[in-house]
Amino acid sequence: MSTALTSAHSIAEPSPGAKRVAAAVVILYAVISLGPLAWIFLTSLKSPPDSISYPPKLVFEPTLEGYCNLFTTRTRQTPDYIRSLPPAAGRCDEITRSRNMVIAGPSNYVPRFINSLVIAFGSTALSVLLGTAAAYAFSRFKVPLKDDLLFFILSTRMMPPIAVAIPIYLMYRELGLSDTWLGMILLYTSVNVSLAVWLLKGFIDEIPREYEEAAMIDGYTRLQAFFKVVLPQATTGIVATAIFCLIFAWNEYAFAVLLTSGEAQTAPPFIPIIIGEGGQDWPAVAAATTLFLIPILVFTVLLRNHLLRGITFGAVRK
Amino acid sequence: MSSLAQKLASERAVRPVQDLPERLAQATPEGMARRLKGLSDRAIAWMFITPTIVLLLAINIFPLIWTIQLSFTNYRANRPNAPVRNVGTDNYHSILTDPDIWAAMQSTAHFVFWTILLQTLIGFALAYLIDRKFRGHAFWTTVILIPMMLSPAVVGNFWTFLYQPQIGLFNYAVSFLTGVPPSSFEMIGSVRLAPWSIIIVDTWMWTPYVMLICLAGLRSIPEYLYEAAEVDRASRWRQFWTITVPMALPFVMLAVLFRGIENFKMFDMVNLLTSGGPGSTTEVASITLKREAFEKWRTGYASAFAIILFVAVFGLANIYVKALNRVKSR
Repeated sequence: MSTALTSAHSIAEPSPGAKRVAAAVVILYAVISLGPLAWIFLTSLKSPPDSISYPPKLVFEPTLEGYCNLFTTRTRQTPDYIRSLPPAAGRCDEITRSRNMVIAGPSNYVPRFINSLVIAFGSTALSVLLGTAAAYAFSRFKVPLKDDLLFFILSTRMMPPIAVAIPIYLMYRELGLSDTWLGMILLYTSVNVSLAVWLLKGFIDEIPREYEEAAMIDGYTRLQAFFKVVLPQATTGIVATAIFCLIFAWNEYAFAVLLTSGEAQTAPPFIPIIIGEGGQDWPAVAAATTLFLIPILVFTVLLRNHLLRGITFGAVRK
Repeated sequence: MSSLAQKLASERAVRPVQDLPERLAQATPEGMARRLKGLSDRAIAWMFITPTIVLLLAINIFPLIWTIQLSFTNYRANRPNAPVRNVGTDNYHSILTDPDIWAAMQSTAHFVFWTILLQTLIGFALAYLIDRKFRGHAFWTTVILIPMMLSPAVVGNFWTFLYQPQIGLFNYAVSFLTGVPPSSFEMIGSVRLAPWSIIIVDTWMWTPYVMLICLAGLRSIPEYLYEAAEVDRASRWRQFWTITVPMALPFVMLAVLFRGIENFKMFDMVNLLTSGGPGSTTEVASITLKREAFEKWRTGYASAFAIILFVAVFGLANIYVKALNRVKSR
């Protein structure tokens, strides 16, 4: 202890030995918890026989067959028929023909992926727009029943999605909103707006009121001050909030599987039903999963400093 | 005040929209501009809040009221033209006496209890270790956080592959570590192990969540408390129980609250992993609800169950928030 007392470090600083043990355990956990994700990626590069071999293969010859199968539909043909075709047009064509099949057309993955993009970005834009306005009002003005309204907004998030899905299913059937982009965008906005209001209120609370007051003394109206002073200052918070909304809408499954079936179906309900001949085509499923997860990985890294705030509705800040 | 205005003008972030008033003035008709300028704060407040409230009323509250109304009928959504009869509180009666519903509540309780226990223990331990601030701890924290950001449905679906006997990575890893043959057990197919298969995946996904909140709790503890304890020659063990644990407790409880609510209504991961099976061993409340509402099409009955679930979540959350405030104010 005497050495610790004379060192420049705080006396409560963990010893180097403790740090090494902590690092070893944390890194071991991190590596194990990434195992399933690494396996998804590896499986996406395997051929279907390799993907279901016993014991599971760590070393294998990588192929793009999973990705080819994901983007195409194929039909089985006789070898004679395949020999009579003109030469293969590309790598996917070759792989498919080597399995005695020909490409019949594109699969539904791209349309489903586009649905996911449109619905996620649409609902995010709307949530952030509504959320910023409401958050500003809650942050700056005396609103009657403010706490009750804020609690009401939060409480809408506590409902089990399946419980609200029943009447929404009926309502959308009446209004013709089932299985449409607009219906899903409105629905996801209603879920996300509570998060947006709570997070953005926290961010706007942190911008000193004096900035706007100074601007208003200089002759700006309240609205001009909002657009010119508050919004630019809140940019970081708005972007972080938008990414959270985007991730929620991108990942959502319960509403999507119950309320969409074709036209507006997003990727999450689609990926589990990708099947090949004789059961699930795991390399294709893994390929779909990999492509679906990559945007989230990027966003997680971008968001890392705001994650805490986002997952606690702004209750905990660093 | 004028110095504040100068400070404002020098704010770099403001500069790109410097000409906004001019542009606004050009784009806005004069009459409207006058009206906008004249808007009182009160009017702006309502103008800003109303759209959000209207949306929530239309897509959350209206459906909720409709659910309440349906819960007193025998309505079936797959027969919209059949006569609807008011059945009073019959649906509630049969739910509360239905052994299947109680079995579902038990599955849910088992799932919520074990996931929260495991996630809290592992999450707190990880947070404590990360708070030793070894070199590279920020990087590894981000790495650990990845699973919780992913779609529970899409990743849960892939876990059915990892859980396959023989070819699955999970069974293979277990057999590698314990020597049990990998095809001797089935995680998803067996009545005994299926509840644990969903607990394992949920713990894998959400431990980082608890870890992150616990980490914030540990970092909120002022350094001088430990320094004072060190001067008083309190052992590390004693410091842990008298400083670390009580100071971090409100954060741990917050994490437990959020996870409890989320797991009580868990649907997507379980639906894809086991969809309630085998039999109904992993049929948590949301799965029962889905089966009643969208497979058996007993809309009225399912609505009553939805209301009961909602009241339960809401009640638990309220009790918990009160307890949390008491801990915080201590």
